[in-house]
Amino acid sequence: MSSDWPRVRLHVVTGKGGTGKTTVAASLALALASHGKNVLVCEVEGRQGLARMFDVDPLPYAETRIATGLRGPDGKPPGTVHALHIDPESALLEYLAMYYRLGRAGKALDRFGVVEFATTIAPGVRDVLLTGKVFEAVQRNSRNKGAIEYDAVVLDAPPTGRIVQFLNVSDELAGLAKVGPIKSQADTMMTLFRSPRTAVHLVTVLEEMPVQETADGIAELRAAGLPVGGVVVNLVRPRALPDETLALAGAGKLDKEAVRADLERVGVSTTKALVDGLAAEARDHAERRALEESQRALVQQMGVPTYELERLAGGIDMGALYDLAATMRDQGLG
Amino acid sequence: MSTTQGAGRATTRGKGRVGPLAAHPGTTTRLDVDALIDDPATGIIVCCGSGGVGKTTTSAALALRAAERGRKVVVLTIDPARRLAQSMGIEALDNTPRPVAGIDPAAGGSLDAMMLDMKSTFDEVVLSQASPEKAKQILENPFYIVLSTSFAGTQEYMAMEKLGQIHADAQERGTYDLIVVDTPPSRSALDFLDAPERLSSFLDGRFIRLMLAPAKGPARLMTAGLGLVTGALTKVLGAQVLTDLQTFVAAIDTVFGGFRVRAQKTYALLQDPSTAFVVVAAPEPDALREAAYFVERLEGDRMPLAGLVVNRAGPQPRGKLSAEEASAAVQRLEAAGDAPADGPGDPTLTAGLLRLHADRMTTLAREAQLRARFEAGHPGVPTAVVPALARDGHGLGGLRRVGELLADG
Ligand SMILES: Nc1ncnc2c1ncn2[C@@H]1O[C@H](COP(=O)(O)OP(=O)(O)OP(=O)(O)O)[C@@H](O)[C@H]1O
Ligand SMILES: [Mg+2]
Repeated sequence: MSSDWPRVRLHVVTGKGGTGKTTVAASLALALASHGKNVLVCEVEGRQGLARMFDVDPLPYAETRIATGLRGPDGKPPGTVHALHIDPESALLEYLAMYYRLGRAGKALDRFGVVEFATTIAPGVRDVLLTGKVFEAVQRNSRNKGAIEYDAVVLDAPPTGRIVQFLNVSDELAGLAKVGPIKSQADTMMTLFRSPRTAVHLVTVLEEMPVQETADGIAELRAAGLPVGGVVVNLVRPRALPDETLALAGAGKLDKEAVRADLERVGVSTTKALVDGLAAEARDHAERRALEESQRALVQQMGVPTYELERLAGGIDMGALYDLAATMRDQGLG
Repeated sequence: MSTTQGAGRATTRGKGRVGPLAAHPGTTTRLDVDALIDDPATGIIVCCGSGGVGKTTTSAALALRAAERGRKVVVLTIDPARRLAQSMGIEALDNTPRPVAGIDPAAGGSLDAMMLDMKSTFDEVVLSQASPEKAKQILENPFYIVLSTSFAGTQEYMAMEKLGQIHADAQERGTYDLIVVDTPPSRSALDFLDAPERLSSFLDGRFIRLMLAPAKGPARLMTAGLGLVTGALTKVLGAQVLTDLQTFVAAIDTVFGGFRVRAQKTYALLQDPSTAFVVVAAPEPDALREAAYFVERLEGDRMPLAGLVVNRAGPQPRGKLSAEEASAAVQRLEAAGDAPADGPGDPTLTAGLLRLHADRMTTLAREAQLRARFEAGHPGVPTAVVPALARDGHGLGGLRRVGELLADG
């Protein structure tokens, strides 16, 4: 299936904490990097989540080749995935060097603790530095000589509660700089973030709180004029039972005798405890599935494309990331 | 909770009794939650751990259980989910503990709850330390607004500040005999201990001192270096910024001395034997790694660790069939095709049940392995395992249920 987001160059991945932002950002990068496309995946929260996810050493402030993209069904060679860990201190020094040629003063700033100061407490500066670097990677210009040009950039972004503030850099800076170069640069960045070349995807799980937070997040993004992408529903329970059976299981009315006969037929020696246990597990599963179903209905009312990723019982490793990437591509996210 | 596998390998380590093996791989000691909350010597319980693992729910459930077992409890929650805040009646942010309706007072206990308002806590400190005029100046300063709303570490600092206040108040007026504290949803569990220090040293930092210097001894420190610095700042940010900055820095100097002293006192309180740290983790690699760091840190700082809570664990299996056996049986079923016409049988149903079971066993095996890894590095940490509830546990009923699971853990 072709991508739902062919014009998007910047994929921002947000969501409630722990729902799978980093997992989704990593596998989306793999999915986008098929067909010879080159993709950059960035993280901005100083956690080295990407390094852990890809099982490599902590990432420096430099674009590091980290994986080969997902191989397409057509057999065309995949592209590459680079990863970048953006920290505000390095971003500030790079910015000053690139735009102000502040060689000596840059060093002095650091020595006097100004870098620390600016990146921790000057209103909005931290975020504008982080998003500024992402912007630079999407919109490479001649100032950054020899840098790789990417077909797409994926951002493992701050959680839903902070995403609008994070991307709304010009508003955030307003408390500090009403005019001046940094303000006008922030305005330029906003033009990209508000354009159809950006999509903010929200990761959620099918539970009440995260779904509510997703709905609130979509409303806030829209109010701020930021383009909402898709909702990625993660950690979905496998649909091991067809719907009719699920209803019976939930009501505790499974035909245990049929189950026992099947098990015996394929050489599993059954006890009452085993068959009762399986039925009880099915009932438990049915209850959780019913809750998921009610939350899924809410997600579908949000009016944005949705994608679903299964809960992988074995956890996440490289193989799992490629599996998730393949699912995303099949569903049209990547 | 039923135990199914390998019960023969169980041995004890430490005191406490050993829980069922399925929940406790290896040789884990069980965390005796009821003994902890019933002990009158337990005065403060701090629930810590990395973000998203259920600290707030765990704190609320512990507090409710303690209250219904007779303690006079106050729980300080941070960023509670809306539903949780509703059921505890703490949606209004007035920064003071309020009684929770609907608890069972039969055992003579009580429960108050509050949710931390970081900014008001900070503002209150400013208001209490500065003249009204000066306070107004500070509260409106853009740098102060960042410091009090989004500076990394302020929430932790304010949680400590509030804990100190509640504790002092409880000592003075005998309002509570147990304080349960939730900690901010930081990425690292260590932030709770490190943030106050980070904030202090930031406020003591070179740049701040430098900015203060001209105000005190004019021009003396306006070295070439500082000239370059202010020049660069003005160039990038504009001149107004420097003025705001100097106001802010001057204000900080007058207000924050007392702050640091109080933070140190609270830190000492955390080392007191009447405090108990409960480290909460989800059965995920990151969360357990953070939990391990935290356990080491508590040891290093001589802070009393009560134990580990592994929250939202996979549900326990009920049959004695391994994941491999179940998957193999699915394959045989599929190869065998339809059910025999002359007897009962529903291969899709049975295969589905077996798949569900295999999935559950795989999840449990992964979680058991993660816990075993933690246990190998940190033997003897008493542990309670709380399985994920099918429904969100946010009403008082849900919290009671979580409390029971904690106690059974
Ligand atoms: N589809 C999945 N199947 C199985 N496990 C998953 C899946 N998605 C995520 N996980 C696991 O869930 C945990 C949280 O995922 P992840 O780190 O991606 O979340 P996050 O949203 O980035 O978290 P944070 O808010 O802490 O940054 C990880 O242990 C990850 O391996
Ligand atoms: Mg992450």
